[in-house]
Amino acid sequence: MDLFKMFGKKQEKSKNIAKERLKLVLVHDRSDLSPRFLDMIKTDIIRVITEYADIDEEGLDIKMTRMKRDGDSRPMSALVANIPILKMKNKN
Amino acid sequence: MENKKGTAIVVTSGKGGVGKTTTSANLGTGLAMLGKSVVIVDADIGLRNLDVVMGLENRIVYDIVDVVEKTCRLKQGLIRDKRFEKLYLLPAAQTRDKSAVKPEQMIELVNELKDEFDYIIIDSPAGIEQGFQYSIAGADLAIIVTTPEISAVRDADRVIGILEAKGLHDHRLLINRIRPDMVKKGDMMNREDIEDILAIDLIGIVPDDEEIVISTNKGEPAVIEGRSLAGKAYMNIAKRILGEEIELLDIEDDNEGKISKIFKLIFGK
Repeated sequence: MDLFKMFGKKQEKSKNIAKERLKLVLVHDRSDLSPRFLDMIKTDIIRVITEYADIDEEGLDIKMTRMKRDGDSRPMSALVANIPILKMKNKN
Repeated sequence: MENKKGTAIVVTSGKGGVGKTTTSANLGTGLAMLGKSVVIVDADIGLRNLDVVMGLENRIVYDIVDVVEKTCRLKQGLIRDKRFEKLYLLPAAQTRDKSAVKPEQMIELVNELKDEFDYIIIDSPAGIEQGFQYSIAGADLAIIVTTPEISAVRDADRVIGILEAKGLHDHRLLINRIRPDMVKKGDMMNREDIEDILAIDLIGIVPDDEEIVISTNKGEPAVIEGRSLAGKAYMNIAKRILGEEIELLDIEDDNEGKISKIFKLIFGK
């Protein structure tokens, strides 16, 4: 009856499910920014970056998160942007 | 009146029922046992509870609202503990609501208390509304109580965000009701998981302990008797508040012996 367990068939630990769900929900909770505001930032970032590089606009991800600051490790909010670059433009 | 200039610590959580009042009672009593003069302020107006947890419910005459509204003098509002002479309680009003105290009044009250006590422990109500707002108003340090559950950790995160926004940057996390057996099985988030998610420093962990129920039944904080794991954990936290470096209680680590590990490796269970 516990055969699966014995042969090492792993079931996902429930704490890991909790952690993943929590992390996702906190990303939303922490962004005091309205989605509209975040969209405006996104549009502006795209406008600036595309002057220098071709980017994958679909893959662009921008969100609020909290991290410990370097130095005094005080928690702080951070705007984290992930911008996939397809090709740098030649700006000479 | 001697000029003490004590430290005000608010115990808060966002979510209700995670152990704020138990924590306030035990930390306040623990600090008094360590020789400090302490007042524990029940800021949960309308839902008074610290008095019964401390076993002082029969001694209440005046309350925090009387003090703030100056119906009585500060000293009249303070109830001395039965066991420790340097420990006092300022009870909440039971028949008023949270609009009875304003943040400015709380700051004034805490400042007055600081002249007379080494530590002022403020037991905040649940939530993030009025009651929470005035509770944090005069505090120098916040202890955020959470349990290893999604809902409690989420609320703790929200509270941390608000404290930051209000400029109360000194805050520490207390994880309550850890169950080592469930942590071991991977069915409960452990200390590292929660620290990792909330990104704030830990002040201590307190195990889930039947003794807390028993001591609350008796109106005697578990830290007094001191033999229970939870009582020990609270005393350790009180010492950390005083700046002592005390190792975390070994209650949630995988502390089984080597032999049982090998046994598990061979037999799978």
